Amino acid sequence: MLLSLFLQAVAAVAGNGNNLAVMGACIGAGLVALGAGVGIGRIGGSAMDAIGRQPDASGKIQTVMLIAAALIEGLALFAVVVCLLVSFKL
Amino acid sequence: MKQLLLILCFLFTLPAFAADPETGTAREAKSEIFDPGKVIMEHVADDHEWHFATLGDEHTGTHVTLPLPVIAYQPAHGLSVFSSSQLHHSETKTHGTVRLEEGKLASTDGSPLYDFSITKNVASLLLSCVVLILIFRAVAGGYGKRQGSAPKGLQSMLEPIILFIRDEVAKKSIGPKYERYMPYLLTIFFFIWFNNLLGLTPGAANLSGNITVTFMLALATLLITLFSSNKYYWGHIFRPPGVPLWLLPIIVPVEIVGIFIKPVSLMVRLFANITAGHIIILSFISLIFLFKSVTVSPLSLAFGLFISMLELLVALLQAYIFTLLSAMYIGGAVEEHHDADFQMGYDDGSESTHATH
Repeated sequence: MLLSLFLQAVAAVAGNGNNLAVMGACIGAGLVALGAGVGIGRIGGSAMDAIGRQPDASGKIQTVMLIAAALIEGLALFAVVVCLLVSFKL
Repeated sequence: MKQLLLILCFLFTLPAFAADPETGTAREAKSEIFDPGKVIMEHVADDHEWHFATLGDEHTGTHVTLPLPVIAYQPAHGLSVFSSSQLHHSETKTHGTVRLEEGKLASTDGSPLYDFSITKNVASLLLSCVVLILIFRAVAGGYGKRQGSAPKGLQSMLEPIILFIRDEVAKKSIGPKYERYMPYLLTIFFFIWFNNLLGLTPGAANLSGNITVTFMLALATLLITLFSSNKYYWGHIFRPPGVPLWLLPIIVPVEIVGIFIKPVSLMVRLFANITAGHIIILSFISLIFLFKSVTVSPLSLAFGLFISMLELLVALLQAYIFTLLSAMYIGGAVEEHHDADFQMGYDDGSESTHATH
């Protein structure tokens, strides 16, 4: 119900008529940040557990952690690019 | 040494532009409002002149720009080569039959126009290529001069990095045939790293954040992968080992699309990371102009500094990831047959000595 009120308010604001699309893009970008944060947080957590168990493997673990984080961040940035396209091109 | 590092840190937060929304002059209300989207796009996108800074007002101050050559071929009117300052100085942004419309060149009569200009990104590309060639010629010359003795200078700085690419990336991912691909992997690693770093300096062109440039790099990886693929690679695409026959109509199209999607992901990952970083830094600086007060600047510069430091890490990491994934794709293409494939049932009948027991 709150969402429908929110949507009505956004649609009513005098803009260039693309308010809903831009709002969708912004919510999408926020969700992407959430997803990337959860994913990379879990990687960091597992890496820290692993280093705690075996400190002398920390070099290898750190390398793999950075690689996995970069791959997930790449995926998050695909979605951010889509959101940016919507908010700047419309 | 620490002071030098501090000075270098603060240099990265120098705003790259000084466009102030002017007050009190007779202009339309539209130009009174600072448009961060337009300003950010101007910095991140390509342009026909290289704009370094604006001293003073946006409309009445001096623009420090380097006009770059415009090379346009129109089948109806022939080749036009002229300086882009002629486009910007004319009222309608026209010179001869070439007009500048929203940053792109177009013909005044609508006929097709092919743009071969030296734009900001092309000039930056040529500059970075010249610098990279000079650096690596010096390093290679050092090996010739100092045969058998310890490396000195630039050589000793780059040698650990080159060895890291050879041992950790190429040998581990490609295997015994790594030497053929070392020039390519080293080139893309240093090219991407250098251009990422160069793009972070004030007034620079956003080269590795240009999707055309990353498309070309990804295309190079794709072509090398396809041209060095052996029959086992194609066997794995059309008959992945261990997949039951009824699943093949689903798996094979996915694998074929995957051949092209992997370089596309390389392209988008590099483009999005670098461009997003630039946009974030520019957004923080734009906050100062949006709020029109100088009290936002400590916060804005602090965040900007933090993001700039992160971007330094991202510059190296993205170059490493591009190189590592390219090496893995090439390694997948040149991989020899494995016993594990036999045990899963993928047997081409020619290797009877590796029969599973």
